[in-house]
Amino acid sequence: MNIHEYQAKELFAKYNVPTLRGHIAFTADEAVRAAQELGGNIWVVKAQIHAGGRGLGGGVKLARSTTEVKEVAQQIIGMNLVTHQTGPEGKLVQKVYVEEGADIQKEYYLGILLDRALEMPIMMASTEGGMAIEDVAHNTPEKIIKVAIDPVTGFQGFHGRKLAFGLGLPKEEINTFIKFAAALYNVYMDYDAEMIEINPLVKTGDGRFLALDAKMGLDNNALYRQEHIHEMRDLSEEEPTEVEAGKFDLSYIKLDGNVGCMVNGAGLAMGTMDTINYEGGKPANFLDVGGSANATTVAKGFEIILKDPNVKAIFVNIFGGIVRCDRVANGIIEATKITNVNVPVIVRLDGTNAIEAAEILRNAGIKNIIAATDLADGARKAVAAAKGE
Amino acid sequence: MSILVNKDTKVIVQGFTGKEGSFHAEQCMAYGTKIVGGVTPGKGGQEHLGQPVFNTVQEAVIATGATVSMIFVPPSFVSDAVMEAADAGITMAVIITEGAPVKDMMYAKAYATKKNMMTIGPNCPGIITADECKIGIMPGFIFKKGNIGLISKSGTLTYESANQVVKEGFGITTAVGIGGDPIIGLSYKQLLPMFEADPETKAIVMIGEIGGDLEIQAAAYIKEHVTKPVVAFIAGQTAPAGKRMGHAGAIISGGAGTAAEKMAALEAAGVKVVISPADIGKAVAEVMKNL
Repeated sequence: MNIHEYQAKELFAKYNVPTLRGHIAFTADEAVRAAQELGGNIWVVKAQIHAGGRGLGGGVKLARSTTEVKEVAQQIIGMNLVTHQTGPEGKLVQKVYVEEGADIQKEYYLGILLDRALEMPIMMASTEGGMAIEDVAHNTPEKIIKVAIDPVTGFQGFHGRKLAFGLGLPKEEINTFIKFAAALYNVYMDYDAEMIEINPLVKTGDGRFLALDAKMGLDNNALYRQEHIHEMRDLSEEEPTEVEAGKFDLSYIKLDGNVGCMVNGAGLAMGTMDTINYEGGKPANFLDVGGSANATTVAKGFEIILKDPNVKAIFVNIFGGIVRCDRVANGIIEATKITNVNVPVIVRLDGTNAIEAAEILRNAGIKNIIAATDLADGARKAVAAAKGE
Repeated sequence: MSILVNKDTKVIVQGFTGKEGSFHAEQCMAYGTKIVGGVTPGKGGQEHLGQPVFNTVQEAVIATGATVSMIFVPPSFVSDAVMEAADAGITMAVIITEGAPVKDMMYAKAYATKKNMMTIGPNCPGIITADECKIGIMPGFIFKKGNIGLISKSGTLTYESANQVVKEGFGITTAVGIGGDPIIGLSYKQLLPMFEADPETKAIVMIGEIGGDLEIQAAAYIKEHVTKPVVAFIAGQTAPAGKRMGHAGAIISGGAGTAAEKMAALEAAGVKVVISPADIGKAVAEVMKNL
């Protein structure tokens, strides 16, 4: 789960990771009040969406008077912000974060994420602040300094020194930086973060380090013990159909093809998409119905897949292990009674009681259900059906 | 022969008396697995499925001589259960539970490694040595005995592959579902040498997916050390970047962990990589014919 910049900064503040003062605003008038409350004569108005590259897309603007704050807030709130991370469709901006200005002397990058190979968090720093870290990693990997932090012993001074000296910081700034990095590590661990990215981390004229931006993703599996974070979930940032599917324990991801698929197990679900692609079609979605695959979940699956008007055929691919195919077959028949399925449904059931299942489907005599013998056969038939063949 | 587990392996179940634990322990016993007891704190002294229940893993190990534990406890208790098993001298924990926090696994795995305990999973179907021992939730009947070793991140793709291998007239020595989480126990790199050393295993099937770089590490290992033919499929060639595809670890992040890069690395290591998972069985038949 991702959270907004302003929410991440709230958490930072609790852990003494220095940030600038700011307020969230849902209207231009609220933005003006926020600016007045903050005081000063320069503010930054920042679109709050779950995507990087907001500045380049026109979602971050400087204002030198409250009149300007109002103007830019009006421009940003309600805009459809397109960045390299939103995709071409962009994201609707519903709120802005109004922050006080800062005297920026230099920009850095600081991030923490899990290194899956080392099985521990790594902290990364770079002098190339304000740039996409993926590009830095690609073009000038030597400009990224990494330290792996053993969670058993935690963040040590030497981790901080390696980063600080690596960044070429002058002696008098080393300790301030180390304190910053240590506090950030605590945020990462205590909130079960998956990644934190501060880009840029800035050094001010008076020698302070500040998180000018904040991006934070959290481990979904740990949300049960992070109640406060759970409340930060912004459903408007997520694909509505995916949220809907989640309510029924279905894992759904919308894609842009026309062959819908419903599969048990994440790996086989991906494999089914790949097979459809291999057979010359394009998958419309990823959908893992999990272990149960009963009438209710299958019906819900059909409903969710068919919300996408591009879908011209559905490939149901179930490998029955513990779940018996005859039960799944009955579930599919039931499901077609609950949900109106108006496209061809290609059904491949293999594994436990597959023969009985084929019999059940045949006897049901539902005309848009087409039986398939195996994975390749099912994918071929689904691709052909989607093409209207 | 086989790897890691066989008909003599003594297994206990942590979370023995729960719904999932009970159901699957019974299935494993029906398959022939030597389930010698289980652990449910507070239910020590009772009997369940004809086997003793213990309060602690330590008691269970002392009383039964079990070396492997199959873990079914809820996600928030997984790290505790893994560490308890490691502390009690269990040599391998098979963690079936899905949904354990990554941070917990980070600690649990570090502790297990320190105690020399191997782990499989979490979020995996388990391990099966055909006709001998099933420790997990896979449908046993698919895994006919034969000469193919199987390593997979996905449950249902394991069944799909085993089924195809059997339909081609071959069978399985041992199949290991390693799980699709960001931090897992035994991986390709540790399992490949075991299959390489197992005289009964003639070829290896490895099923990977997007996310992380375990398959890339496997490719490097295969190139240097594996003489037996390897067939591979990587799921998620059509998966969009930045989206988590069901498994917690199945995500392309920062442009890394794509199916294409893994397939290329494996191909360069001499592995027979299939584009469609429907061709796994045929590919196995082909490499076996050329032996």
